Amino acid sequence: MADDTHDIPTPKPMIEVENLTKLYGSRPAIRDVSFTVGRGEIVGFLGPNGAGKSTTMRILAGFLAATEGTVRIAGHDVAGASREVRRRVGFMPENNPLHSDMRVREFLKFRARLKGLGRQASRDRVDAVIEQFDLTDAARQMIGELSKGYRQRVGLADALVHEPAVIILDEPTIGLDPHQVRTVRQCIKQLAENHTVLISSHILPEVEVTCTKLMIFHEGRVVAADTPANLERTLGGQQRITVELEAEPEILETAWEEMAEVEHHRITPAEGRFQRCRLTPRDGLDLRPEIAALARSRGWPLRELTRDRHTLEDIFVHITRKDED
Amino acid sequence: MGTFITLTRRELAGHFLSFRGYVILAGVQFLLGLSLLLIVDALNNRPFDLPITEKFPSTGLFWLVLLLVTPVITMRTFAREKSTGTFETLMTTPVSDLQVVLAKFTGALGFYLLTFLPMAAFPFILKHYAAVFPEVDTGPVASTFLGIALIGSFFMALGCFTSSLTRSQIVAAMTSFTLGTGIFMVGLLGEISPPADTPLYAALRHISVLEHMKDFSSGIIDSRHVIFYLSLTAVFLFLTCQAIGSRRWK
Repeated sequence: MADDTHDIPTPKPMIEVENLTKLYGSRPAIRDVSFTVGRGEIVGFLGPNGAGKSTTMRILAGFLAATEGTVRIAGHDVAGASREVRRRVGFMPENNPLHSDMRVREFLKFRARLKGLGRQASRDRVDAVIEQFDLTDAARQMIGELSKGYRQRVGLADALVHEPAVIILDEPTIGLDPHQVRTVRQCIKQLAENHTVLISSHILPEVEVTCTKLMIFHEGRVVAADTPANLERTLGGQQRITVELEAEPEILETAWEEMAEVEHHRITPAEGRFQRCRLTPRDGLDLRPEIAALARSRGWPLRELTRDRHTLEDIFVHITRKDED
Repeated sequence: MGTFITLTRRELAGHFLSFRGYVILAGVQFLLGLSLLLIVDALNNRPFDLPITEKFPSTGLFWLVLLLVTPVITMRTFAREKSTGTFETLMTTPVSDLQVVLAKFTGALGFYLLTFLPMAAFPFILKHYAAVFPEVDTGPVASTFLGIALIGSFFMALGCFTSSLTRSQIVAAMTSFTLGTGIFMVGLLGEISPPADTPLYAALRHISVLEHMKDFSSGIIDSRHVIFYLSLTAVFLFLTCQAIGSRRWK
Protein backbone atom coordinates (compact mmCIF):
# COMPACT_ATOMS: atom_id res chain seq x y z
CA MET A 1 0.00 0.00 0.00
CA ALA A 2 1.06 3.53 -0.74
CA ASP A 3 1.55 4.67 2.83
CA ASP A 4 3.79 1.73 3.56
CA THR A 5 6.60 3.46 1.73
CA HIS A 6 7.12 6.03 4.44
CA ASP A 7 7.72 3.23 6.93
CA ILE A 8 10.71 1.89 5.10
CA PRO A 9 13.36 4.50 5.95
CA THR A 10 12.79 4.06 9.69
CA PRO A 11 15.63 1.98 11.07
CA LYS A 12 13.46 0.89 13.98
CA PRO A 13 12.45 -2.74 14.36
CA MET A 14 9.26 -3.79 12.67
CA ILE A 15 7.65 -5.17 15.81
CA GLU A 16 8.39 -3.91 19.30
CA VAL A 17 6.71 -5.64 22.19
CA GLU A 18 7.26 -4.38 25.71
CA ASN A 19 6.14 -6.05 28.94
CA LEU A 20 3.04 -7.53 27.44
CA THR A 21 0.64 -9.11 29.91
CA LYS A 22 -2.82 -10.44 29.23
CA LEU A 23 -5.12 -11.60 31.97
CA TYR A 24 -8.24 -13.62 31.37
CA GLY A 25 -10.04 -12.88 34.58
CA SER A 26 -7.25 -13.40 37.06
CA ARG A 27 -5.50 -16.10 35.05
CA PRO A 28 -2.60 -14.73 33.03
CA ALA A 29 -2.43 -15.98 29.45
CA ILE A 30 0.88 -14.21 28.90
CA ARG A 31 3.13 -12.57 31.46
CA ASP A 32 5.60 -9.81 30.83
CA VAL A 33 6.52 -10.73 27.28
CA SER A 34 9.02 -8.46 25.54
CA PHE A 35 10.77 -8.86 22.20
CA THR A 36 11.58 -7.07 18.99
CA VAL A 37 11.49 -8.33 15.45
CA GLY A 38 13.50 -6.75 12.66
CA ARG A 39 12.37 -6.21 9.11
CA GLY A 40 12.50 -9.34 6.99
CA GLU A 41 12.92 -11.75 9.89
CA ILE A 42 10.93 -14.98 10.16
CA VAL A 43 10.23 -15.57 13.80
CA GLY A 44 8.83 -18.81 15.09
CA PHE A 45 6.72 -18.94 18.25
CA LEU A 46 7.15 -22.32 19.75
CA GLY A 47 5.48 -23.86 22.71
CA PRO A 48 2.92 -26.35 23.92
CA ASN A 49 -0.76 -25.60 23.49
CA GLY A 50 -1.89 -22.95 25.92
CA ALA A 51 1.56 -21.39 26.31
CA GLY A 52 0.38 -17.99 25.12
CA LYS A 53 1.39 -18.03 21.47
CA SER A 54 -2.07 -17.42 20.07
CA THR A 55 -2.89 -14.75 22.64
CA THR A 56 0.29 -12.87 21.75
CA MET A 57 -0.54 -13.12 18.07
CA ARG A 58 -4.09 -11.93 18.60
CA ILE A 59 -2.85 -8.89 20.46
CA LEU A 60 -0.31 -8.15 17.73
CA ALA A 61 -3.03 -8.46 15.09
CA GLY A 62 -5.22 -6.00 16.98
CA PHE A 63 -7.94 -8.49 17.86
CA LEU A 64 -7.43 -8.43 21.61
CA ALA A 65 -6.09 -5.71 23.85
CA ALA A 66 -3.30 -6.39 26.30
CA THR A 67 -3.91 -5.88 29.99
CA GLU A 68 -0.51 -4.25 30.31
CA GLY A 69 2.36 -3.40 28.05
CA THR A 70 2.70 -1.91 24.59
CA VAL A 71 3.02 -3.24 21.08
CA ARG A 72 4.26 -1.14 18.20
CA ILE A 73 4.15 -2.36 14.64
CA ALA A 74 5.98 -0.25 12.04
CA GLY A 75 6.01 2.49 14.67
CA HIS A 76 2.24 2.43 15.26
CA ASP A 77 0.80 1.59 18.62
CA VAL A 78 -1.57 -1.40 18.47
CA ALA A 79 -3.86 0.01 21.13
CA GLY A 80 -3.87 3.64 19.99
CA ALA A 81 -3.69 3.28 16.23
CA SER A 82 -5.29 -0.12 15.82
CA ARG A 83 -6.53 0.46 12.29
CA GLU A 84 -3.14 1.71 11.11
CA VAL A 85 -1.66 -1.48 12.51
CA ARG A 86 -4.34 -3.71 11.01
CA ARG A 87 -3.67 -2.16 7.59
CA ARG A 88 -0.08 -3.36 7.87
CA VAL A 89 -0.72 -6.80 9.29
CA GLY A 90 -1.91 -9.91 7.50
CA PHE A 91 -3.25 -12.35 10.07
CA MET A 92 -4.24 -15.96 9.63
CA PRO A 93 -5.75 -17.29 12.87
CA GLU A 94 -5.55 -20.82 14.13
CA ASN A 95 -7.54 -23.33 12.03
CA ASN A 96 -7.69 -20.80 9.19
CA PRO A 97 -11.35 -19.81 9.33
CA LEU A 98 -12.83 -19.01 5.91
CA HIS A 99 -16.31 -18.31 4.59
CA SER A 100 -17.25 -21.72 3.24
CA ASP A 101 -20.23 -20.36 1.30
CA MET A 102 -18.08 -18.16 -0.94
CA ARG A 103 -16.03 -18.92 -4.01
CA VAL A 104 -12.28 -18.49 -3.80
CA ARG A 105 -11.96 -15.44 -6.02
CA GLU A 106 -15.10 -13.85 -4.61
CA PHE A 107 -13.80 -14.37 -1.09
CA LEU A 108 -10.39 -12.90 -1.83
CA LYS A 109 -11.97 -9.88 -3.51
CA PHE A 110 -14.26 -9.37 -0.54
CA ARG A 111 -11.30 -9.53 1.81
CA ALA A 112 -9.23 -7.17 -0.34
CA ARG A 113 -12.04 -4.63 -0.34
CA LEU A 114 -12.40 -4.92 3.44
CA LYS A 115 -8.71 -4.28 3.79
CA GLY A 116 -9.18 -0.98 2.04
CA LEU A 117 -8.06 -1.77 -1.51
CA GLY A 118 -9.87 0.01 -4.31
CA ARG A 119 -11.89 -1.75 -6.97
CA GLN A 120 -9.07 -2.01 -9.51
CA ALA A 121 -6.34 -2.56 -6.93
CA SER A 122 -8.29 -5.41 -5.34
CA ARG A 123 -8.81 -7.05 -8.72
CA ASP A 124 -5.08 -6.82 -9.50
CA ARG A 125 -3.99 -8.06 -6.11
CA VAL A 126 -6.45 -10.96 -6.12
CA ASP A 127 -5.11 -12.03 -9.51
CA ALA A 128 -1.58 -11.75 -8.15
CA VAL A 129 -2.17 -13.87 -5.03
CA ILE A 130 -4.16 -16.45 -6.98
CA GLU A 131 -1.15 -16.77 -9.25
CA GLN A 132 1.31 -16.74 -6.34
CA PHE A 133 -0.41 -19.53 -4.43
CA ASP A 134 -1.30 -21.54 -7.51
CA LEU A 135 -5.04 -21.24 -6.96
CA THR A 136 -6.03 -20.67 -10.58
CA ASP A 137 -7.75 -24.05 -10.85
CA ALA A 138 -9.72 -23.48 -7.68
CA ALA A 139 -10.60 -19.81 -8.21
CA ARG A 140 -14.22 -20.56 -9.05
CA GLN A 141 -14.73 -23.32 -6.51
CA MET A 142 -16.67 -23.01 -3.28
CA ILE A 143 -14.32 -22.74 -0.33
CA GLY A 144 -16.36 -25.32 1.58
CA GLU A 145 -15.55 -27.90 -1.07
CA LEU A 146 -11.80 -27.36 -1.09
CA SER A 147 -9.26 -29.77 0.34
CA LYS A 148 -7.36 -28.71 3.40
CA GLY A 149 -4.21 -27.89 1.46
CA TYR A 150 -6.12 -25.59 -0.86
CA ARG A 151 -7.92 -23.97 2.05
CA GLN A 152 -4.58 -23.24 3.67
CA ARG A 153 -3.33 -21.58 0.51
CA VAL A 154 -6.51 -19.52 0.33
CA GLY A 155 -5.85 -18.44 3.91
CA LEU A 156 -2.30 -17.44 3.06
CA ALA A 157 -3.50 -15.60 -0.04
CA ASP A 158 -5.99 -13.74 2.14
CA ALA A 159 -3.32 -12.79 4.67
CA LEU A 160 -1.20 -11.40 1.84
CA VAL A 161 -3.75 -9.79 -0.40
CA HIS A 162 -3.23 -6.25 0.92
CA GLU A 163 0.58 -6.53 0.80
CA PRO A 164 1.08 -6.21 4.55
CA ALA A 165 4.48 -5.47 6.02
CA VAL A 166 3.93 -8.02 8.78
CA ILE A 167 2.38 -11.45 8.34
CA ILE A 168 1.19 -13.36 11.38
CA LEU A 169 0.32 -17.01 10.88
CA ASP A 170 -1.03 -19.03 13.79
CA GLU A 171 -0.28 -22.74 13.30
CA PRO A 172 -0.22 -22.51 9.50
CA THR A 173 0.54 -26.18 8.91
CA ILE A 174 -1.65 -27.87 11.49
CA GLY A 175 -3.63 -30.78 10.12
CA LEU A 176 -1.86 -30.89 6.77
CA ASP A 177 -0.27 -33.97 5.26
CA PRO A 178 3.54 -33.95 4.87
CA HIS A 179 3.36 -32.97 1.23
CA GLN A 180 1.07 -30.03 1.94
CA VAL A 181 3.27 -29.04 4.87
CA ARG A 182 6.20 -28.77 2.49
CA THR A 183 4.22 -26.64 0.07
CA VAL A 184 3.08 -24.27 2.80
CA ARG A 185 6.58 -24.12 4.24
CA GLN A 186 7.95 -23.12 0.86
CA CYS A 187 5.28 -20.43 0.56
CA ILE A 188 6.31 -19.05 3.94
CA LYS A 189 9.98 -19.01 3.02
CA GLN A 190 9.21 -17.02 -0.11
CA LEU A 191 7.30 -14.49 1.96
CA ALA A 192 10.35 -13.56 3.98
CA GLU A 193 11.85 -11.80 1.00
CA ASN A 194 9.41 -8.91 1.30
CA HIS A 195 7.73 -9.32 4.65
CA THR A 196 8.32 -9.78 8.32
CA VAL A 197 6.78 -13.10 9.28
CA LEU A 198 5.64 -14.52 12.61
CA ILE A 199 4.56 -18.13 12.68
CA SER A 200 3.59 -20.29 15.59
CA SER A 201 3.79 -23.99 16.00
CA HIS A 202 4.01 -26.68 18.59
CA ILE A 203 5.93 -28.88 16.19
CA LEU A 204 9.61 -28.16 16.28
CA PRO A 205 10.96 -29.17 12.88
CA GLU A 206 8.26 -26.97 11.50
CA VAL A 207 9.78 -23.71 12.74
CA GLU A 208 13.34 -25.00 12.89
CA VAL A 209 13.71 -25.05 9.13
CA THR A 210 11.81 -21.91 8.26
CA CYS A 211 12.70 -19.42 10.98
CA THR A 212 15.62 -17.10 11.48
CA LYS A 213 14.73 -16.68 15.13
CA LEU A 214 12.87 -18.82 17.62
CA MET A 215 10.97 -17.80 20.69
CA ILE A 216 10.03 -20.53 23.08
CA PHE A 217 6.83 -19.89 25.03
CA HIS A 218 6.10 -21.70 28.23
CA GLU A 219 3.23 -20.93 30.58
CA GLY A 220 2.79 -17.43 29.26
CA ARG A 221 6.43 -16.45 29.27
CA VAL A 222 9.14 -16.37 26.66
CA VAL A 223 11.72 -18.71 28.15
CA ALA A 224 14.25 -18.57 25.31
CA ALA A 225 14.71 -16.45 22.24
CA ASP A 226 17.55 -16.84 19.77
CA THR A 227 18.48 -18.19 16.37
CA PRO A 228 17.98 -21.95 16.01
CA ALA A 229 21.77 -22.39 15.72
CA ASN A 230 22.49 -20.40 18.88
CA LEU A 231 19.85 -22.21 20.86
CA GLU A 232 21.45 -25.45 19.80
CA ARG A 233 24.92 -24.20 20.77
CA THR A 234 23.74 -23.08 24.19
CA LEU A 235 23.06 -26.68 25.03
CA GLY A 236 25.92 -28.05 22.94
CA GLY A 237 28.05 -28.71 26.06
CA GLN A 238 26.13 -31.83 26.69
CA GLN A 239 26.68 -33.39 23.30
CA ARG A 240 27.74 -36.94 23.93
CA ILE A 241 29.66 -39.39 21.82
CA THR A 242 28.76 -43.03 21.37
CA VAL A 243 31.48 -45.50 20.43
CA GLU A 244 31.26 -49.24 19.93
CA LEU A 245 34.60 -51.01 20.03
CA GLU A 246 35.82 -54.59 20.32
CA ALA A 247 38.16 -54.49 23.34
CA GLU A 248 38.36 -55.52 26.95
CA PRO A 249 36.31 -53.21 29.20
CA GLU A 250 39.25 -52.66 31.57
CA ILE A 251 41.50 -51.51 28.76
CA LEU A 252 38.84 -49.15 27.52
CA GLU A 253 38.30 -47.85 31.03
CA THR A 254 41.91 -46.79 31.36
CA ALA A 255 42.00 -45.43 27.82
CA TRP A 256 39.13 -43.05 28.53
CA GLU A 257 40.58 -42.03 31.84
CA GLU A 258 43.81 -41.14 30.15
CA MET A 259 42.00 -38.99 27.64
CA ALA A 260 41.86 -35.56 29.29
CA GLU A 261 39.04 -34.26 27.11
CA VAL A 262 36.64 -36.94 28.30
CA GLU A 263 34.78 -35.66 31.29
CA HIS A 264 32.66 -38.68 31.94
CA HIS A 265 32.34 -42.17 30.50
CA ARG A 266 30.18 -45.22 30.83
CA ILE A 267 30.87 -48.64 29.34
CA THR A 268 28.20 -51.25 28.73
CA PRO A 269 28.59 -54.58 26.96
CA ALA A 270 27.01 -54.77 23.50
CA GLU A 271 26.28 -57.78 21.30
CA GLY A 272 29.22 -59.96 20.45
CA ARG A 273 32.48 -58.89 22.03
CA PHE A 274 31.78 -55.23 21.48
CA GLN A 275 31.57 -52.64 24.22
CA ARG A 276 29.33 -49.63 23.98
CA CYS A 277 30.87 -46.47 25.45
CA ARG A 278 29.01 -43.24 26.15
CA LEU A 279 31.45 -40.36 26.47
CA THR A 280 30.75 -36.83 27.59
CA PRO A 281 33.45 -34.55 26.25
CA ARG A 282 34.57 -31.41 28.05
CA ASP A 283 33.26 -28.08 26.63
CA GLY A 284 31.31 -29.80 23.91
CA LEU A 285 34.41 -30.76 21.98
CA ASP A 286 34.06 -33.06 19.05
CA LEU A 287 36.36 -35.97 19.95
CA ARG A 288 35.49 -38.25 17.09
CA PRO A 289 38.75 -37.83 15.12
CA GLU A 290 40.83 -38.53 18.24
CA ILE A 291 38.78 -41.58 19.13
CA ALA A 292 39.03 -42.92 15.60
CA ALA A 293 42.81 -42.40 15.64
CA LEU A 294 43.07 -44.14 19.03
CA ALA A 295 41.10 -47.16 17.83
CA ARG A 296 43.25 -47.42 14.74
CA SER A 297 46.52 -47.21 16.67
CA ARG A 298 45.40 -49.81 19.21
CA GLY A 299 43.93 -52.03 16.51
CA TRP A 300 40.44 -52.12 18.08
CA PRO A 301 37.72 -52.95 15.59
CA LEU A 302 35.33 -49.97 15.54
CA ARG A 303 31.74 -50.35 14.39
CA GLU A 304 30.07 -47.17 15.58
CA LEU A 305 31.17 -43.64 16.27
CA THR A 306 28.43 -41.04 16.56
CA ARG A 307 27.91 -37.73 18.22
CA ASP A 308 24.44 -36.91 19.59
CA ARG A 309 23.45 -33.70 18.04
CA HIS A 310 21.14 -31.87 20.37
CA THR A 311 18.03 -31.26 18.37
CA LEU A 312 15.81 -28.34 19.20
CA GLU A 313 13.38 -30.96 20.39
CA ASP A 314 15.75 -31.66 23.29
CA ILE A 315 16.26 -27.98 23.94
CA PHE A 316 12.55 -27.47 24.01
CA VAL A 317 11.96 -30.33 26.39
CA HIS A 318 14.94 -29.25 28.48
CA ILE A 319 13.83 -25.65 28.83
CA THR A 320 10.19 -26.36 29.50
CA ARG A 321 10.97 -29.12 31.99
CA LYS A 322 13.48 -27.01 33.86
CA ASP A 323 10.78 -24.42 34.24
CA GLU A 324 8.43 -26.92 35.79
CA ASP A 325 10.87 -28.01 38.47
CA MET B 1 -18.52 3.93 3.34
CA GLY B 2 -17.06 1.54 0.77
CA THR B 3 -16.30 -0.92 3.54
CA PHE B 4 -19.84 -0.63 4.87
CA ILE B 5 -21.29 -1.41 1.44
CA THR B 6 -18.91 -4.34 0.95
CA LEU B 7 -19.89 -5.77 4.31
CA THR B 8 -23.61 -5.19 3.86
CA ARG B 9 -23.57 -6.88 0.47
CA ARG B 10 -21.80 -9.83 1.98
CA GLU B 11 -24.36 -10.01 4.80
CA LEU B 12 -27.32 -9.90 2.45
CA ALA B 13 -25.70 -12.46 0.16
CA GLY B 14 -25.05 -14.66 3.19
CA HIS B 15 -28.77 -14.81 3.93
CA PHE B 16 -29.49 -15.94 0.39
CA LEU B 17 -26.58 -18.38 0.20
CA SER B 18 -27.90 -20.54 2.99
CA PHE B 19 -30.69 -23.06 2.99
CA ARG B 20 -31.95 -21.38 6.14
CA GLY B 21 -32.64 -18.21 4.14
CA TYR B 22 -35.07 -20.02 1.86
CA VAL B 23 -36.78 -21.78 4.74
CA ILE B 24 -37.40 -18.36 6.26
CA LEU B 25 -38.69 -16.98 2.96
CA ALA B 26 -41.02 -19.93 2.48
CA GLY B 27 -42.24 -19.78 6.08
CA VAL B 28 -42.96 -16.08 5.97
CA GLN B 29 -44.76 -16.38 2.63
CA PHE B 30 -46.90 -19.15 4.05
CA LEU B 31 -47.88 -17.13 7.10
CA LEU B 32 -48.52 -13.97 5.09
CA GLY B 33 -50.57 -15.95 2.59
CA LEU B 34 -52.59 -17.26 5.49
CA SER B 35 -53.17 -13.73 6.72
CA LEU B 36 -54.44 -12.78 3.26
CA LEU B 37 -56.85 -15.67 3.52
CA LEU B 38 -58.10 -14.42 6.89
CA ILE B 39 -58.55 -10.92 5.48
CA VAL B 40 -60.56 -12.26 2.55
CA ASP B 41 -62.64 -14.27 4.98
CA ALA B 42 -63.29 -11.20 7.11
CA LEU B 43 -64.30 -9.21 4.07
CA ASN B 44 -66.70 -11.95 3.06
CA ASN B 45 -68.54 -11.99 6.34
CA ARG B 46 -69.30 -8.36 6.94
CA PRO B 47 -68.87 -5.03 5.28
CA PHE B 48 -65.70 -3.28 6.10
CA ASP B 49 -65.29 0.42 5.70
CA LEU B 50 -61.93 0.91 7.34
CA PRO B 51 -58.61 0.76 5.47
CA ILE B 52 -58.05 -2.85 4.55
CA THR B 53 -54.59 -2.72 6.12
CA GLU B 54 -56.14 -2.42 9.55
CA LYS B 55 -57.19 -6.00 9.31
CA PHE B 56 -53.58 -7.05 8.90
CA PRO B 57 -52.16 -6.88 12.46
CA SER B 58 -55.33 -8.27 13.97
CA THR B 59 -54.95 -11.54 12.10
CA GLY B 60 -52.11 -12.27 14.50
CA LEU B 61 -49.94 -13.83 11.87
CA PHE B 62 -47.75 -10.76 11.54
CA TRP B 63 -46.83 -11.17 15.20
CA LEU B 64 -45.98 -14.77 14.62
CA VAL B 65 -43.62 -13.69 11.85
CA LEU B 66 -42.14 -10.91 13.94
CA LEU B 67 -41.57 -12.99 17.05
CA LEU B 68 -40.49 -16.24 15.43
CA VAL B 69 -38.68 -15.20 12.29
CA THR B 70 -36.62 -12.22 13.43
CA PRO B 71 -34.52 -14.30 15.89
CA VAL B 72 -33.83 -16.82 13.14
CA ILE B 73 -32.69 -14.07 10.78
CA THR B 74 -30.44 -12.34 13.30
CA MET B 75 -29.02 -15.36 15.12
CA ARG B 76 -26.32 -15.87 12.52
CA THR B 77 -25.04 -12.27 12.44
CA PHE B 78 -22.30 -12.54 15.05
CA ALA B 79 -22.71 -15.96 16.64
CA ARG B 80 -21.98 -17.78 13.40
CA GLU B 81 -18.85 -15.78 12.67
CA LYS B 82 -17.69 -16.34 16.22
CA SER B 83 -18.22 -20.08 16.06
CA THR B 84 -16.52 -20.48 12.67
CA GLY B 85 -13.71 -18.14 13.67
CA THR B 86 -14.22 -15.71 10.79
CA PHE B 87 -15.05 -13.06 13.37
CA GLU B 88 -11.35 -12.94 14.13
CA THR B 89 -10.33 -12.46 10.51
CA LEU B 90 -13.08 -9.87 10.10
CA MET B 91 -12.04 -7.81 13.10
CA THR B 92 -8.36 -7.86 12.18
CA THR B 93 -9.06 -6.02 8.95
CA PRO B 94 -9.09 -2.22 9.21
CA VAL B 95 -12.85 -1.99 9.80
CA SER B 96 -14.46 -0.27 12.74
CA ASP B 97 -16.80 -1.99 15.17
CA LEU B 98 -19.56 0.41 14.17
CA GLN B 99 -19.18 -0.40 10.47
CA VAL B 100 -19.48 -4.10 11.22
CA VAL B 101 -22.50 -3.70 13.49
CA LEU B 102 -24.32 -1.39 11.09
CA ALA B 103 -23.57 -3.65 8.12
CA LYS B 104 -24.84 -6.75 9.91
CA PHE B 105 -27.93 -4.90 11.10
CA THR B 106 -28.62 -3.46 7.64
CA GLY B 107 -28.14 -6.84 6.00
CA ALA B 108 -30.53 -8.53 8.42
CA LEU B 109 -33.11 -5.74 8.16
CA GLY B 110 -32.85 -5.80 4.37
CA PHE B 111 -33.52 -9.53 4.29
CA TYR B 112 -36.44 -9.11 6.71
CA LEU B 113 -37.99 -6.38 4.55
CA LEU B 114 -37.54 -8.44 1.41
CA THR B 115 -39.54 -11.26 2.97
CA PHE B 116 -42.44 -8.80 3.33
CA LEU B 117 -42.19 -7.50 -0.20
CA PRO B 118 -44.79 -9.86 -1.71
CA MET B 119 -47.26 -8.48 0.80
CA ALA B 120 -47.29 -5.18 -1.07
CA ALA B 121 -49.30 -6.95 -3.74
CA PHE B 122 -52.10 -7.95 -1.32
CA PRO B 123 -54.28 -4.82 -1.71
CA PHE B 124 -54.02 -5.09 -5.46
CA ILE B 125 -54.86 -8.79 -5.43
CA LEU B 126 -57.91 -8.05 -3.30
CA LYS B 127 -58.93 -5.24 -5.61
CA HIS B 128 -58.56 -7.44 -8.63
CA TYR B 129 -60.76 -10.22 -7.30
CA ALA B 130 -63.31 -8.30 -5.25
CA ALA B 131 -66.60 -7.42 -6.89
CA VAL B 132 -66.77 -4.10 -5.13
CA PHE B 133 -63.60 -2.65 -3.82
CA PRO B 134 -62.68 0.98 -3.37
CA GLU B 135 -59.45 2.41 -4.72
CA VAL B 136 -56.37 1.13 -2.94
CA ASP B 137 -55.44 3.80 -0.46
CA THR B 138 -51.66 3.93 -0.68
CA GLY B 139 -51.33 5.98 2.51
CA PRO B 140 -52.23 3.26 5.01
CA VAL B 141 -50.34 0.71 2.92
CA ALA B 142 -47.22 2.83 3.15
CA SER B 143 -47.64 3.48 6.86
CA THR B 144 -48.21 -0.24 7.50
CA PHE B 145 -44.94 -0.97 5.80
CA LEU B 146 -43.29 1.80 7.80
CA GLY B 147 -44.60 0.12 10.94
CA ILE B 148 -43.32 -3.27 9.82
CA ALA B 149 -39.92 -1.71 9.10
CA LEU B 150 -39.69 0.23 12.37
CA ILE B 151 -40.83 -2.59 14.64
CA GLY B 152 -38.64 -4.92 12.58
CA SER B 153 -35.58 -2.74 12.98
CA PHE B 154 -36.01 -2.80 16.76
CA PHE B 155 -36.30 -6.60 16.75
CA MET B 156 -33.32 -6.82 14.38
CA ALA B 157 -31.18 -4.68 16.66
CA LEU B 158 -32.25 -6.79 19.62
CA GLY B 159 -31.34 -9.94 17.70
CA CYS B 160 -27.95 -8.56 16.66
CA PHE B 161 -27.27 -7.77 20.28
CA THR B 162 -28.08 -11.24 21.59
CA SER B 163 -26.10 -12.76 18.71
CA SER B 164 -23.09 -10.67 19.66
CA LEU B 165 -23.14 -12.11 23.17
CA THR B 166 -22.64 -15.75 22.27
CA ARG B 167 -21.01 -18.07 19.81
CA SER B 168 -24.04 -20.34 19.69
CA GLN B 169 -26.69 -19.44 17.15
CA ILE B 170 -29.32 -21.39 19.09
CA VAL B 171 -28.62 -19.48 22.28
CA ALA B 172 -28.73 -16.21 20.35
CA ALA B 173 -32.09 -17.09 18.79
CA MET B 174 -33.58 -18.29 22.08
CA THR B 175 -32.46 -15.18 23.93
CA SER B 176 -33.80 -12.76 21.37
CA PHE B 177 -37.02 -14.75 21.08
CA THR B 178 -37.48 -14.58 24.85
CA LEU B 179 -36.72 -10.86 25.06
CA GLY B 180 -38.85 -10.04 22.01
CA THR B 181 -41.78 -12.10 23.22
CA GLY B 182 -41.41 -10.53 26.66
CA ILE B 183 -41.73 -7.05 25.20
CA PHE B 184 -44.68 -8.14 23.11
CA MET B 185 -46.38 -9.68 26.15
CA VAL B 186 -45.93 -6.53 28.19
CA GLY B 187 -47.85 -4.71 25.47
CA LEU B 188 -50.46 -7.44 25.46
CA LEU B 189 -50.89 -6.96 29.19
CA GLY B 190 -52.10 -3.41 28.56
CA GLU B 191 -54.44 -4.85 25.97
CA ILE B 192 -56.15 -7.42 28.16
CA SER B 193 -56.31 -5.54 31.45
CA PRO B 194 -59.41 -3.36 31.74
CA PRO B 195 -58.82 0.26 30.78
CA ALA B 196 -57.95 2.26 33.84
CA ASP B 197 -56.73 5.71 34.48
CA THR B 198 -53.54 4.64 36.19
CA PRO B 199 -49.99 5.62 35.20
CA LEU B 200 -49.08 1.95 34.90
CA TYR B 201 -51.81 1.35 32.36
CA ALA B 202 -50.71 4.43 30.42
CA ALA B 203 -47.14 3.19 30.45
CA LEU B 204 -48.18 -0.26 29.22
CA ARG B 205 -50.18 1.30 26.41
CA HIS B 206 -47.24 3.49 25.52
CA ILE B 207 -44.87 0.58 25.00
CA SER B 208 -47.43 -1.73 23.48
CA VAL B 209 -46.16 -2.98 20.14
CA LEU B 210 -49.76 -3.96 19.30
CA GLU B 211 -51.04 -0.45 19.86
CA HIS B 212 -48.30 1.00 17.73
CA MET B 213 -48.99 -1.37 14.88
CA LYS B 214 -52.71 -0.59 15.07
CA ASP B 215 -51.89 3.08 14.52
CA PHE B 216 -49.49 2.36 11.67
CA SER B 217 -51.97 0.07 9.92
CA SER B 218 -54.75 2.62 10.09
CA GLY B 219 -52.53 5.19 8.43
CA ILE B 220 -51.44 7.09 11.50
CA ILE B 221 -47.76 7.91 11.71
CA ASP B 222 -47.32 8.98 15.29
CA SER B 223 -43.91 10.57 15.80
CA ARG B 224 -43.81 9.14 19.34
CA HIS B 225 -43.90 5.62 17.90
CA VAL B 226 -41.28 6.46 15.32
CA ILE B 227 -38.95 7.90 17.95
CA PHE B 228 -39.69 4.98 20.27
CA TYR B 229 -38.47 2.43 17.73
CA LEU B 230 -35.60 4.47 16.36
CA SER B 231 -34.23 5.12 19.82
CA LEU B 232 -34.62 1.49 20.91
CA THR B 233 -32.86 0.39 17.73
CA ALA B 234 -30.06 2.85 18.45
CA VAL B 235 -29.75 1.64 22.04
CA PHE B 236 -29.43 -2.00 21.04
CA LEU B 237 -27.00 -1.24 18.23
CA PHE B 238 -24.92 0.71 20.72
CA LEU B 239 -25.01 -2.25 23.11
CA THR B 240 -23.96 -4.53 20.24
CA CYS B 241 -20.99 -2.28 19.53
CA GLN B 242 -20.02 -2.49 23.18
CA ALA B 243 -20.40 -6.26 23.21
CA ILE B 244 -18.14 -6.82 20.25
CA GLY B 245 -15.70 -4.18 21.49
CA SER B 246 -15.53 -5.95 24.84
CA ARG B 247 -12.80 -8.30 23.58
CA ARG B 248 -10.54 -5.24 23.64
CA TRP B 249 -11.39 -4.44 27.24
CA LYS B 250 -8.48 -4.77 29.57
